[in-house]
Amino acid sequence: MRFTEVLVRLRAVIALVAVTIVFSVLSPEFLTAANMTILVKHVAINAILAIGMTFVILSGGIDLSVGSIAGLAGMIAGALISKGIVFSSAGVVFYPHASLAIVTAVAAGMAIGAFNGLLVSRLSVAPFIATLGALYVARGSALLLSGGATYPNLTGDPSIGNTGFTWIGAGTLAGLPVPIWLMAAGAAIAMFVSRRTPFGRQVYAIGGNERAALLAGVRVRRVKIRVYMISGFCAALVGVLIAAQLGAAHPATGETFELNAIAAVVLGGTSLMGGRGSIVGTLIGAFVIGVLADGLVLLGVSEFWQMIVKGSVIVVAVILDQFQRRS
Amino acid sequence: MSSPDAWTYDAHDITKVYPGTTALRGVSFSTRPGEVHALIGENGAGKSTLVKILAGIESPTSGRLELDGRQVTLTSVRDASAAGIGVIHQELQLFPDLSVAENLFIGRECLTRWGSVDMGAQESQARGALGRLGQDVDPRTLVRRLPLGLRQIVEIARALVAEVRVLMMDEPTSALTAGEVDALFRVIRDLASHRVAIVYISHHLHELLAIANRITVLRDGAVVGAAAAADVDVPWIVERMTGRPPHATRELPTAAAGSVVLEARDLSLPPRSGRTALDRVSLQLRRGEVCGIYGLLGAGRTELFETLLGVHDDAEGHVSIDKRSLDRSDVTARVEAGIAMVPEDRQAAGLVQSMSVQENLTLAHLAALAPRGVLDTAAERQASERVAATLRVRAPSLDSPVVVLSGGNQQKVVIGRGIMTRPRVLLLDDPTRGVDVAAKAEILATMRTLAAGGMAVAFASSDLAEVVEAADRVLVMSRGRVRAEYSGGDVTEEKLTAAASSDPAQRDAVH
Repeated sequence: MRFTEVLVRLRAVIALVAVTIVFSVLSPEFLTAANMTILVKHVAINAILAIGMTFVILSGGIDLSVGSIAGLAGMIAGALISKGIVFSSAGVVFYPHASLAIVTAVAAGMAIGAFNGLLVSRLSVAPFIATLGALYVARGSALLLSGGATYPNLTGDPSIGNTGFTWIGAGTLAGLPVPIWLMAAGAAIAMFVSRRTPFGRQVYAIGGNERAALLAGVRVRRVKIRVYMISGFCAALVGVLIAAQLGAAHPATGETFELNAIAAVVLGGTSLMGGRGSIVGTLIGAFVIGVLADGLVLLGVSEFWQMIVKGSVIVVAVILDQFQRRS
Repeated sequence: MSSPDAWTYDAHDITKVYPGTTALRGVSFSTRPGEVHALIGENGAGKSTLVKILAGIESPTSGRLELDGRQVTLTSVRDASAAGIGVIHQELQLFPDLSVAENLFIGRECLTRWGSVDMGAQESQARGALGRLGQDVDPRTLVRRLPLGLRQIVEIARALVAEVRVLMMDEPTSALTAGEVDALFRVIRDLASHRVAIVYISHHLHELLAIANRITVLRDGAVVGAAAAADVDVPWIVERMTGRPPHATRELPTAAAGSVVLEARDLSLPPRSGRTALDRVSLQLRRGEVCGIYGLLGAGRTELFETLLGVHDDAEGHVSIDKRSLDRSDVTARVEAGIAMVPEDRQAAGLVQSMSVQENLTLAHLAALAPRGVLDTAAERQASERVAATLRVRAPSLDSPVVVLSGGNQQKVVIGRGIMTRPRVLLLDDPTRGVDVAAKAEILATMRTLAAGGMAVAFASSDLAEVVEAADRVLVMSRGRVRAEYSGGDVTEEKLTAAASSDPAQRDAVH
């Protein structure tokens, strides 16, 4: 392989290394352990969403509902921790254990994903439309749950026995924040599933040529439903993480997160047409976005300029990608 | 339609090098007004590359193009089209959601003096062009509503309205019925009489000899034969294409047909736009037998195979394998039960273009290659190598993108995917469409070998000679029904033709 080819192929990594070097030169705080932990923790949120999104985009779809699912999942967990389940006829309130609250919230996210998948695969609704609908429905449900209010103080009550919820977002494991572990585990599993299982191969095949996949005996509908369920799972997990991190659930959490996730996937070289791309690429994409955001904040660049930089980086990255496809 | 002046468009000493392979080595090729120049060669011989260079889609590594004796550099299709050079590609390049007229004038719309598209002018010119092709199609029809044969005609009409001087046709008849081929030949002769130069690529050698004035044969990127069509015959061409003398027509060992493997009773498919309705089709496929399904385009061959595979939810009737009913089984379950299908349209329904050769080969076999849910990469490689060797797939590597392969080798990959699952029944829908003579012979021989190994093989075709040569038993279809069945010595071209055209409304059904 020629040197220039290597450069082009590894451009995302090179870009990541380059911005890292630039920021560490310009800001003495950038490369400190404290800043790195904050940075990776922020990246984890977007990366987990983007991992789910990668499966959807590889299959030729798109999921616009992830931000709203995150918001709704956070609110469900928040309601279960702070309000419990009220049995008004018996006058009893049941406070579930923190783990049960998390499982319920994540299950709700997967259910919305399954519904998206059903709309797309059974009723042939365009993924953009189906998940746009889910975006509004999930956000509306999140607001309805509390009448628009925030559920504060999710640390739980030791006397009831529902503490521990905040650990998943704010806690640490072997010195690293839990969300970073979750991102690493999620990425490892997703890489394995996408490259080494029949399901992963079938996702690529459906994105590449759905009709050919169908005629080869791939259960296209089932695979699509699962893909949206994975995305719903990741989105709900993110919602729980954020609520746990803040110790409060807010119904507006996750607005425009879907766009950040799509940006990471696209930056990572995954084709919006489906069939081409990788989880590793998505991870790098999420880190490029995260490093840019963090570094620009440290340098005191205004938030408005940050948006302009982010937008330009995405477009330039995709242009480079097109060049590589052509050569 | 033409400039009356004498003019020429020649390629001199063209060499084209791609990374890893030299597609053309010092090829010279000339066109003359009013002449039909046939370009022949096996898949991968360099025909398509030469056409792409002549059409300005690719630039030669060395060599020159001369228009009227002056060197030209074509950097785009637009350049070529401005110089009067047009191409009809093998894979249709139409916009399904635009009307016929809009397709004909895409990129060179007729405008009113307000700058809007002059629909009326376009439609009347479109009607004229289609009329010259002997087709009475409403130019306002959406292309997606036309059957494949008519779409090909639309593609040709598009070149007609562009007022070309040189028209290159890459396999223009591969989807056409005999009547449509005749109409096309009339048009080609008409164009030639108007001093248009035609470059004609086809694998149907008899067809070439009927229409061409001059013949150039390519092999491995070099010109290995050039002659006036009147001076040569089919064996001459085959010898040059393959580099060896043609072998005698293959003797078919008549297989002793075994037990019934697949049985279908009263299959019906309600009519819907873009497909032929099936009307109570029944058939049996037997172990060890090659069954031909002969019928013209629109006869319902594809619909029959798709229904056997379980693609259509609204189909009625019964399908069973080894007496086990598949009526409630979806496509996946039927593939698992032992049915494999090689679809007609390789690009749209066969290949996953974004994947490698190996990934395409193993797509139907993934569950078996992942016994505990994890793909066994060694087993995957082994299975791919075995099938690729059996079918003699010529590919740089199993990890190459499948799109770099020639048409015949791509087709072998799709067939390989089908046989990797070791199916009981193999359905091949027009398996030799758009593949060269050598690959065609290999595909027909493969069907025979698979049948001899105990598989029930069925193939659909509109190529009479091929059906007669390769099938033990033939079902003749037209308008969604089985019209006749012949076996053994009764399989003759005369009988099949008679049965296929027994229904005079057949042609109308296509329109």
